[in-house]
This record gives sequence, C-alpha cells and structure tokens, in this order.
Amino acid sequence: MSSAPPTSAAIETPMQRDRATTIFERSVEGRRAAAIPAAGVPQEETPIEELIPAGLLRSQPARLPEISEPEIVRHYNRISRRNFDLDSGIYPLGSCTMKHNPRLNERVAALPGHARLHPAQHPARAQGALELMWSLERALSEICGLPHVSLQPSAGSHGELAGLLLTRAFHAAHGEEEQRTQVLTPDTAHGTNPASVTMAGYEVVKVATNEEGGVDLDDLRAKADERTACLMLTNPNTLGLFDGNIAEITGIVREAGGTLYYDGANLNAIMGHSRPGDMGFDIVHVNLHKSFSQPHGGGGPGSGPIAVSERIEPFLPIPRIERVEPSNGGPPRFELRGSAEHPGSIGRLRGFQGNFGVFVRSYAYILSLGGNGLAEASETAVLNANYLLARMREGRAGKYLPVAFDRRPMHEFVLSGTGAKKELGVKTLDIAKRLLDHGMHPPTVYFPLLVDEALMVEPTETEARESLDRLADAFESILAEAEEDPEILRNAPYTTPVRRLDEVKATRQPVVRQPLTD
Amino acid sequence: MSGYTSTTDADRAAMLAAIGVDSVEELFDGVPAEVRMDRPLDLPDGLTEAEVYGRMRELASRNADAESEICFLGAGMYDHYVPAIVDAITSRSEFLTPYTPYQPEISQGGLQVMFEFQTAMTELTGLPLSSAGLYEGPSTVAAAAYLAIGATKRRGLVVSQGLHPDSRETVRTYAAGFPADVTEVPLVDGVTDADALAAAIGEDTAAVFVQYPSFVGGVEDLERLAAIVHDAGALLVASCDPIALGILRTPGECGVDIAVGEGQPLGNRLDFGGPSFGFFCATEEQIRRMPGRIAGETTDVDGRRGFVLALQTREQHIRREKATHNICTAQALNALGGIIYLSWLGARGMVELGELLVRRTAYAKGRLAAIDGVELLHDAPVVREFAITFDADVEGVLEHCASRGIAAGVPLDLEYGNGLLIAITEQRTKEHIDLLADALAEAVGAAAAGNGAGGSAEAAVAGGVS
Repeated sequence: MSSAPPTSAAIETPMQRDRATTIFERSVEGRRAAAIPAAGVPQEETPIEELIPAGLLRSQPARLPEISEPEIVRHYNRISRRNFDLDSGIYPLGSCTMKHNPRLNERVAALPGHARLHPAQHPARAQGALELMWSLERALSEICGLPHVSLQPSAGSHGELAGLLLTRAFHAAHGEEEQRTQVLTPDTAHGTNPASVTMAGYEVVKVATNEEGGVDLDDLRAKADERTACLMLTNPNTLGLFDGNIAEITGIVREAGGTLYYDGANLNAIMGHSRPGDMGFDIVHVNLHKSFSQPHGGGGPGSGPIAVSERIEPFLPIPRIERVEPSNGGPPRFELRGSAEHPGSIGRLRGFQGNFGVFVRSYAYILSLGGNGLAEASETAVLNANYLLARMREGRAGKYLPVAFDRRPMHEFVLSGTGAKKELGVKTLDIAKRLLDHGMHPPTVYFPLLVDEALMVEPTETEARESLDRLADAFESILAEAEEDPEILRNAPYTTPVRRLDEVKATRQPVVRQPLTD
Repeated sequence: MSGYTSTTDADRAAMLAAIGVDSVEELFDGVPAEVRMDRPLDLPDGLTEAEVYGRMRELASRNADAESEICFLGAGMYDHYVPAIVDAITSRSEFLTPYTPYQPEISQGGLQVMFEFQTAMTELTGLPLSSAGLYEGPSTVAAAAYLAIGATKRRGLVVSQGLHPDSRETVRTYAAGFPADVTEVPLVDGVTDADALAAAIGEDTAAVFVQYPSFVGGVEDLERLAAIVHDAGALLVASCDPIALGILRTPGECGVDIAVGEGQPLGNRLDFGGPSFGFFCATEEQIRRMPGRIAGETTDVDGRRGFVLALQTREQHIRREKATHNICTAQALNALGGIIYLSWLGARGMVELGELLVRRTAYAKGRLAAIDGVELLHDAPVVREFAITFDADVEGVLEHCASRGIAAGVPLDLEYGNGLLIAITEQRTKEHIDLLADALAEAVGAAAAGNGAGGSAEAAVAGGVS
C-alpha cells in the first residue's frame, strides 16, 4: 500500500524529533520573569531572621525554574501542541460529553466582578454572585425535576459522595443507619460509583444487566431489602440505553426503604424530555463540565451540583443560599446560611461556596440556550449518536464492530470489538491507536466492563454531520487496512508526538518527579 | 437552531433517513410516556450572545471585587497578582478543551504539565511524592484523612483549631462516612497547644491535622509536633499555604507525613472560591495509597521520552470499590496555572515574595496593634496573615471600612475571639495598610465612644478611597 506508514523510528515527524524537555531542564541560573516590588515599609532592611526565627525558615530556596517570560511562553506553547483537543477535531469520548465550549462563557467568567471576587466577601457585597448561584440552582432544579439544589460538590464523584452522605444522614434520622449498609449499583456503573460507596462507608452490591441492556429486575428484587441504603443508577445508562423499566426500578428500591441516586453523567441525553425527579430519584448530580459546557481543562475543573427531593432536603450541605423577600417590598436579598439555620445538614464538603467560576460559565450557557435550546441540544445529541450508529452499521464497522445491545440508543452507544479481535486479530486498543493517526480522538475504550473490547461513542450535539461522516469513514478505512495487514494497527500510532508508551514501566518503576540538582 | 449546533433542516432530514425513522421524536420512543415531560422546561427563551454578556455584566457589577476595593481578605484564598501569561496559556484550546489524558500519545502536553507540577510541589513541600492535583483545600485535607485511616487501620482524627474552620468541618462531614471520630485541640498563642495535643492522641489516632501557618497566622513548630505524633504511631498532616512554603522550613524536613493545601494563591483567580486546586504530597511509603492522578515518566516504543498516567491501579476507573479515592475529574487546568505561576516567580522570586510579605505584614501588625482598642490575637511569628481583636461589633467595623473602600478582613469565628483575620499580599502597599489602620481606628474608636461602629451616613460623606 502506498499509504503504508513507517514502522520504525527512521522516519520521524518534526514533533517526534523534538524530544520532551521539562521547564526545569530549561532553567538557566540568573534568569527570571517576575519582578517583585520593594517592601516599601520601615522593615525593608530588617534581616528576615529578626521577624521569623531562623529555625522556622527554609535552609535553601525551592529549586524552581529560573526562566524568562518569553521562554515560559515558548515552553508551554510548544508542549501544548503535544495535546489533541476538542477545538481541533471530534472527541467522541463516551460518558464525557465533549461538547463545544462557548468562548462567551470564558469572557464573562473573567469579568473582575467574578474573577476577582474574594470568597469571604461579605454577602451584602456579593449580591450579584449569590443571585447568580441562586438562579443556577433554580434552573438545575427545573431541569432535574427536583425541588432543592446544592452547588457545592466540585465534580461528579464529589456529588456522588455527597449523595451517599445524604443517604446516611437520611437513614440515621429514621433510626436505620446501622441496618442499611449496602448500596446497589448496576455492573455497568461508572467506576466512581463503587469508589464513592466505599468512601462513604458502604458496601457495594452489584445488580446484573438484563438482555436488553437494562437493570435485571429479578436480580434487583432479590437484592433490594432492609439492608439497602441506596440504588445508584445512570439513565440512559453507560450503554446509552434508556431503561424503560425505570419507574418499576425506583419503585422497588423505594419500597425497600432505600434512597435513589441518579448519576447525571448522561443528562445530556434527556434535558427537557425527561427528568430524574419524575423517574422517582431523590438525589441527582449534574456534571456542569459535561451537559453545561464548562471546558474539561485536560481533567478539570468541573462541578457536580446535586438536586434533591423534599425528604433529602434537610440534610443538604452548607452553606446554602436563601432568597429573602424584604417586608417593605424592596428587591430580594440573597443570604448564605449555615448549620445554625440548617442543623440537620451533613456539613461542608469543601471550602467556601463551590466552583463559582464554573457556575458562571454554566449559567451563561443556560441563558444562551434557554429551555427550548436545552431540549433541542439533547435532541441533536441523540440524533447525532443515532446517525453515527447508522453509519457504523454499514460496511466493515457493521461487520467487525457490532453494537453491543442492539436497541436504539440515546446520546451514546457501545460497540463490541470482539469480531475485529477474532476475525482480524486486532484489539479495540489497536483500532483506537490507529484513529490517532487520523487526527481523531478515539471513543472511550474497554468500558463498560460487561462488553468485551468495548468502544463507547458519544459524539454530542455540537458535531456537524460531516464530522460524524469523517469518523465513520475513518473506522471503515482502518478496518480495511486491518484486513490487509493487521500489523499496521498493532504498531499504531505513527504520527503522534510519541508512539505507544510503556505504561507498565511507569507503574513498576515510577518516576513521578524530575530529579533536581542544586 | 442554537449557534452551538450545526444541524440544518436538510441535515436532519438526511440523517433521519439514514437512521430509518421519520422524526427526532421517534428517537425518544424508548423513554416511556410516564416519565416523559409533558410540557416545555420552565426556563426563559435563549438570549443572544450580547444579551447574555449584558446580563452577566450586570450581575458582576453588584459584587465588590478586589479590583474595586482594597482587599485584606484571606483565610486560604489571597488576592495575589495573576500574571498575564497564566491567562494566555491556560486559555489555549490545547489546554482548555481536552479531557483527562486517557490516550497518552496525544496528551503529552497535559501529562508533562502534571509531571512538572508534581516536581514543583515536591520542591515546595520537601516531600518526594505529589498527586497531580485534587479539588481544593479542605476536601484535600479530608483526602489525607482517608489515606491515614487506610494506612494506619485506626479510626481517630485529631484536628488542631489552627486548622481552617472549613477544613475541620469538611473532615467531620467525610468522617461520618469513613467512619472516624474527630477530636479538636486548642491553640495557645496562635499555634497548636502541644501539651493538649499529646493528651488528645491515643492508640487509635490515625492522624493529626495542623495548618502551616495556622488559621490565625502563627507559624507552627512542625518538627516538635511531628515528634509527638510519631511517638503515638500516627501520621502528621499539615495543610500549608503554598506561598509561605517559599520561605518556611519544608514540611518534609520537619517530619510531616502528608502536606496538603489550597493552591489558589499560586496563579489562580479568586473566583469567589473556586475553581482552584488542592495539592497533596506525601512520603514514599504512601505511593500506593495516593489519591488522584499522577503522571510518570516513561519511554515510547522507539525510545522517546514520554509521560503517562502512572500507578493507575490505585484509581476508581480500574479498582472501582477498592480505589484509594473516588476522584475522577479534578482541576488540571488550575494546576497548570500553578506551575506557570511558580515558573514565573522562579527560585528567587518565590523567596523575594515571601520576604516581602513578612516585612509588610510586620508593618501592618505594628500599625494595627498601635490603635487604641485593637489587640493582636497572638505573638507567634507570622508570614502574611494575622488576627486582631477588639470590643467593637465586627459587622459595624467591616461596614465602616467598606465605606472607605476597604475589605478589612475576614471575621473570626468566636472560638478565636471578636475580631478580624487580616491578610497581606504583594498588591497591598504601605499606603493601603495606612488607610486600613486609619479606617479601623475610626471604627473602633467610634464604637468605644459609644457611637456605634461608624455609621454609614457619616461614611458616605467621607467617601471612598482613590
């Protein structure tokens, strides 16, 4: 094949030739970027040991880089190009909702009234911020169909922990804390669910998946009992399938006395169409960095607000925001309330008021789209996923990468690479790595765990049709290549800044910081 | 159609045909009618970009930010100058828009940033291991508690009242789940009461938590505390101000087992409390128990240097219920701000900044302590923050200072006394400190004279500061 890629290091791209150099290795003694002003106080010349005893002071300065501003900029500019990003191409990472990040949101988050507002500012002098938070709470309440909201959790898994601590407080208030020790999670659950369960002092009990890809009702009935503290569920689940038995599922757990937790990672499928509260859930976390357009930042920041039912409300984390209508008919006031007003609260989950900068971006996003726009975003997300799946059912993808549970998906779908593995001798990993040479981010791979060689694909509503076509075409061409010569895939990628990396070495002999010399 | 999607009517028709359905509605058939919304969302219609900007600007204008007044607020987050290069670099699409580096071949930039960040944090703390960053300060203190329980198989947590009240509350919240018991020990002269600490530690104590410097600004003698804690077989956790670590003896050198803290002072915005990042550093012994992502150096198949997520067998996506922590999405972009800031300051700038803060803070302490009716809460050495007490009503004092264009300080919880916690950054000059002293003298003096703490009418006449 004329397009056969190089399989040795003999041919290197310019970026491959440019070996990684850290900022510490660029340090040259005597260089600097920041100019620190003089103290300008009478203590200017006082030896520092007269102000702080020598025994409490550092013996030598921290060996930070010595580097000028142009060199810092060039360094980070250069290494930034060693990242693939959403603004460069499709990023169909399942359950991650890699939708476009509107730049307006960055602009309004940077307004000094937001960006330079100190978190300990007196509430009377931060009324705009508190009103914004209250308004976002109300919008999320409406979207989730649950009456009360706390914006405090910092990300989805923090919301999960909050939900489980709320569950604990709820059962304690009903004298059942000792008895209810188990949390039911389906075997398709995100890894954070069981990890959060353990942190909250509960035991994980797995619920099986039925042939349709939903919760196995018989298994659930067998396991939901007086020991059940909570059921954690994602709907649509990590297979992208909406569980049509949802009312029955929540009914079984409610009957057994457990709380119902909805993992909102997949909320992007159903905004304005179906609400977790209406499905019977008590607690929902919302990933503002998924459905509500906060940039993912290479792994954060995120934010994981929780919406809860009336029976959970007394236990919500503090601080809480209250809108107070003055008796004289003036404009409403917004107050922060603590444990004095909310004695049943589980307490704080973090410092101050939460990831406010994320709230600003997500509130701007909600204002931009409006109620109808959010519903339309979900429609388009579902349309895009189904269209992409239709394309992936054609040709070689349809042959080698069949859909794992053959039902109509919502906003994402899961393919199984078992066929490609058996018939072509290439693993899902190999296909994913070859996609990198096409300038595309692969789907989530090897998750959910119950699908062999899984590829979990979530295109989101912000991909154009031609972008979906290009992804489907890339799969077709890669599978055609595999029919010719599977080695090409097994050695991929070829064009990325580095090629396959030795991850085992990084764990067996971890080098997790730069060795520095004086 | 919103401007954030690209699907035209023609696209939709073609796509529906390819799927083999007649309408988008049909794609939602799997959602049973009983859980379908039978009405539109009760939210306003979408706005244009300019309208959203206007609305957000109006909200922002009703906040008194550190650009519009002289800010002496601290308590974990500080109004340091954030250099322009932080915004320039963190707003690059390549850093702003990807996610967790699950595909290392195309995530080398982010992974290298994590590696550099880890290196810088180990330098600041004097401990050999660093996570690539957790959420923020107090929840990172709680993460240390979780590690300590796992490492020692004990269930007691002893927290100093020198630990930020938010951190203490957060540890208590988490402890309900671990489960663990939390005991508090008091301060004496601004730092942890070592005798009370020794008495509070028992054979079930997993860890002791102090803050460095303490919440009220006093620099703890960590070495002395470490000896007490280690005698009992417990771990010492210090929640640190990373700027102070530029000049103070490192926690590692003092025998601290885990150093954590709020990363905001390192090149992150105030943002009314977040997003920022939490840092988590520990001794080698804890390498398999660390929370969160860690980048490690390795090589590719051709021998090129590269970086990957290391030690992933600790993490939730691999280990599920046996993971060392549940964290997934953390604060990568904020940690990038941190390493850019530390590079910008550099080895010498870090020390110069620390010494500048010590000198200006010494000046401020002297200036405020000279005011009739104002006392220093303690005499312990301080770096950049200290507490004053007075008899006047704190709300009234704050209000008076605000009328002079000054955010005077963070009200102390009553366990410490009636007064304010006052923070200095390099943006607070001698002139600012003098203005604060004048305003406090007026407010405290007026209260002493029985006129209340500076009425707002009189304040309005006096006007703000320029």
